[in-house]
Amino acid sequence: MQILSFSGVTKCFQRHARSMLLRERLAKSLRSAPREPFYALRNVSFAVEDGESLGIIGRNGAGKSTLLNIATGLCPPDEGEVHLSGRVAALLELGSGFHPDLTGAENVRINAAMLGLTRRQVHERFDAIVEFSGVAAFINEPLRTYSSGMMMRLAFSVAVNVEPDILIIDEVLSVGDQDFAAKCLERILRLRRAGKTLICVSHSLQTLGDLCDRGLWLDHGQVMNTGPMRQVIDAYASSTIHQPAAP
Amino acid sequence: MWRGDSLFLLENLVLRDFRIRYRNMSLGVLWSLLNPLVMMGVLTFVFTVLFPNPNKQFPVFLMCGLVPLNFFSIAWITGTTSIVDSAALVKRVPLPREIVPIAAVLSNCLHLLIQILLLLFIVLVFGNRVNKQWLWLPVVWGLEILFACGLALITSTLNVYVRDTRYVVESINTVLFWLVPVFYPFEAIPHKYAEIYQLNPVAAMVLCLRAILMKAEAPYLSTLLKLASVSVCTFALGLLIFHQGKRRFYEFI
Repeated sequence: MQILSFSGVTKCFQRHARSMLLRERLAKSLRSAPREPFYALRNVSFAVEDGESLGIIGRNGAGKSTLLNIATGLCPPDEGEVHLSGRVAALLELGSGFHPDLTGAENVRINAAMLGLTRRQVHERFDAIVEFSGVAAFINEPLRTYSSGMMMRLAFSVAVNVEPDILIIDEVLSVGDQDFAAKCLERILRLRRAGKTLICVSHSLQTLGDLCDRGLWLDHGQVMNTGPMRQVIDAYASSTIHQPAAP
Repeated sequence: MWRGDSLFLLENLVLRDFRIRYRNMSLGVLWSLLNPLVMMGVLTFVFTVLFPNPNKQFPVFLMCGLVPLNFFSIAWITGTTSIVDSAALVKRVPLPREIVPIAAVLSNCLHLLIQILLLLFIVLVFGNRVNKQWLWLPVVWGLEILFACGLALITSTLNVYVRDTRYVVESINTVLFWLVPVFYPFEAIPHKYAEIYQLNPVAAMVLCLRAILMKAEAPYLSTLLKLASVSVCTFALGLLIFHQGKRRFYEFI
């Protein structure tokens, strides 16, 4: 069963520079030629089956984050169709909703609620979340007293304890020291073994090689290669070797 | 697509706003009381000493106007800017976006509750009694909160696309102080404007409060009906406009 499918998805962004106020809008509409929009995605089509794991790679600006944003419903495509079924936990950013004046415990609750946990689930998993993060001793201190590493570990700990059908991760895998990173990887692999679907964007080809069985290579908004992860990684890696160095 | 507990999320967002606002203040929630008390003091002075007034219960009369207006203005403006202020959240977390302006309005309710207690205290101090018309209070307040949520849904959407909206809302709030019968009685309004005045839910609210608390009467059915219908329609319209407008939020914030 297809969990996620994109068919012919195109997304372009208008250039907005300075058009948030009414007078700028009027000035813009009176101007003769509209500016060329920026195409973030062009005619992208792919599908992810239930239980598969897809790794998305590409250079900066290729459209990977836009693809994930469209998949999770944050912005609609201009053309094409997107179908997503199942419960999603999207980790597009760590620590959404975190506020420095609130305690670690309060921040965990709000972040968990945002990621879709119900009241009872938060109550049940709270201790496990705090335990996993390793900041139990400081959980009732305001977040602004935490180091950035502690914050990241807490955020990641909430995220891995949400057990969704589909886990979507955008470049947030490299978090914490080796021990913690190993714990996180193990937890994600556990989700994979339980048959959950994973869609992952990362620049770390090694991590993607470990985690994902299929890959998708995006460049300038278009699909360059798709297939087994190894194959896509090789194709991507060999293309970047031949790029001329930036002046 | 987002599956989660909306009410739980709403509760968390409201609590979060409230905690952030008051955690770093030394006197905390007592500051909620300061603004209406100061306004009441100043206006009483102006309208009983400088401009003599036969109304013996003028401070109560004032507070029945100040408390709803105060809540409404602050709730509306925080609701209006809520989406733009929570840009990071709206762009990164797929959650039902309607929750953001509604949480912004509701986070002012705790502040409101404290002011209502102050109002009731002053009502009692001036010799009015608790009576069974007070049972109308939750209904009337509920309708005003619904109205504020509806307006916040509309203006928060508009504010994303045209950032001037918040300045328009601020101006309307300033004018509202004069157009709602806060410091003058409803009877002062010429008959031909009376109907229109009552269509403004904030004005209708003030009239209902005065009837319930000062005259121990049930609010006029016509006023109540106007309040209810405008509030419910505004909320429904708000949901509709927000639903349409939220599709392109991502590109504009």
